[in-house]
Amino acid sequence: MKFGVVIFPGSNCDFDTIHALRDVVGRPTEILWHKDHDLRGVDCVVLPGGFSYGDYLRSGAIARFSPLMQEVREFADRGGLVLGICNGFQVLLELGLLPGAMLRNKNLKFLCQFVTIRVENAGTRFTNAGRPGQVLRIPIAHFDGNYFADPETLAHIEGRGQVVFRYCDPAGELTPSSNVNGSLHAIAGLTNDRGNVMGMMPHPERASEALLGSVDGRIVFGSILKAVES
Amino acid sequence: MKVRILVALKTSVLDPQGQTVRNALHTLGYKAVEDVRQGKVFEVDLAGVSREEARRLVPEIAHKVLANPIIETYTWDILEG
Repeated sequence: MKFGVVIFPGSNCDFDTIHALRDVVGRPTEILWHKDHDLRGVDCVVLPGGFSYGDYLRSGAIARFSPLMQEVREFADRGGLVLGICNGFQVLLELGLLPGAMLRNKNLKFLCQFVTIRVENAGTRFTNAGRPGQVLRIPIAHFDGNYFADPETLAHIEGRGQVVFRYCDPAGELTPSSNVNGSLHAIAGLTNDRGNVMGMMPHPERASEALLGSVDGRIVFGSILKAVES
Repeated sequence: MKVRILVALKTSVLDPQGQTVRNALHTLGYKAVEDVRQGKVFEVDLAGVSREEARRLVPEIAHKVLANPIIETYTWDILEG
């Protein structure tokens, strides 16, 4: 299979993600420029972390108007796999490919630290290499990661198992202090209704080699491989 | 024509920045301050647009771009022209 990583002005986790996909996961990875109109036949589009367009207006709000994002929207509508990491998650929310919105972290701090997240649904194409309830240690780095959705939307995504990851303590328990950014229902990652688009605030590419302190992020990439290649 | 658009978080959405400003004002002794909501202001110059056209155009751009309708609301008025 082939991955594609989109680069916006202000992306800064693009080459970390490309490195993880090419050198750790070991699959060809196209670099996709935001002004292009061609997804070059990739099987999975990854929107990396960073500060696209300087986070002007709202995080991810301007990137959604990039020419390539219209192609990404059509690709997702056709069932193509799209993974948004951190700022990529924010772009997917602004684009309307995922439900809800991000607010500023509850303590108004930029949070850059390892967190533990629990796999809530191991039946998705982004988590099928994990186990339900498995605790993953993956870093976050964001200012606007406080997930919000109205009560009807929350009930809908919970009912359909779209919540993929929740912030938890190292034992896998949901506690107020482990929900570091104040997200509703401690949501750290979720899919769309069809399960082909996933957004997550933690950075799996920063937890994909022992040298980085954790290899738990490989579960996300390994799941995508499993979904596409088997 | 110059229009001003005010974007603020919905009252149903927590506004931690507004709360922090309120707490700071309380610390300074402004006990009368009950609540603070923080928002954004946009001043937009429009060319060749009638008031009637502005009434269609401004809500459209506010809804589509300037505000995120999931978490924010907006109000607007005409400053000049």
